Amino acid sequence: MVQYSSAALDAAFAALSDATRRGILERLGRRESSVSALADAFDMTLTGMKKHIGVLEQAGLVTTEKVGRVRTCRLGGRGLRAEAAWIDGVQQLWDARFDALDGIVEELKRKEQSDGPEHA
Amino acid sequence: MGLSMHDAATSRTKVERTSDVDMVVRRSFDAPARLVFRAWSDAELFRRWWVPASAPVRLRTCEMDVRTGGSYRLEFGEDEGPVHSFFGRYVEVVPNEKIVWTNEESDDGALTTVTFEESDGKTLVTYHDRHGSKEALDEAFEGMEGGIAEQFEQLAAVLEG
Repeated sequence: MVQYSSAALDAAFAALSDATRRGILERLGRRESSVSALADAFDMTLTGMKKHIGVLEQAGLVTTEKVGRVRTCRLGGRGLRAEAAWIDGVQQLWDARFDALDGIVEELKRKEQSDGPEHA
Repeated sequence: MGLSMHDAATSRTKVERTSDVDMVVRRSFDAPARLVFRAWSDAELFRRWWVPASAPVRLRTCEMDVRTGGSYRLEFGEDEGPVHSFFGRYVEVVPNEKIVWTNEESDDGALTTVTFEESDGKTLVTYHDRHGSKEALDEAFEGMEGGIAEQFEQLAAVLEG
């Protein structure tokens, strides 16, 4: 449902033209990883790995999140991830709503039971 | 908004996009349909759960005339701040069974259908938004990515805290 512009596709293909970057994607496909762990795994300097991650991130193939001093990288098809996040957001709203509705319905039930069936 | 923040798999609320233009939310409530319907059709009850107390937004107006041909108006916002209004009409109301309303705050707003199905004293609520076009849903999607998503994050933080 998310349309890629041709510029975005160009960026994605450029990012994928490099064997190391394809290796990074393959690895992130199995599990998320910090930039430093990726640098170790590919026997590269941290700076070199950051450049590769930057290219993949620009292309929308990887997302990163910094928590404290660690930057974690995940596979992130831009559209796929955005859609999952959208559903996640909708889910949270409706969970909160329906939990509150549950409380009100319970309240109505108790009231009806204590008032007796003539008010039902 | 991290995917791991919320465990969708174990949630009692099921959210699905069933097509390019349809979104469906389902949940079962342990009460007869007439009580669940009352909580949807009485404005004083409705406003207490549609915007949960923990939500970071305030519902300042909630007017609902829940009958076929009736209308509703919801206004969100602080007294001093900007107001976001949602309004429309009830195109079909079948007490204890079904409420269908329009969303007229935008030109191609969704048509919302809520059904209440009672079985063994429990009620399955199905909320269904049908958008006018894939584009309309895509726009709703874009909106989600911005401001509304932030609200959800705040909401989630409040709920988790």
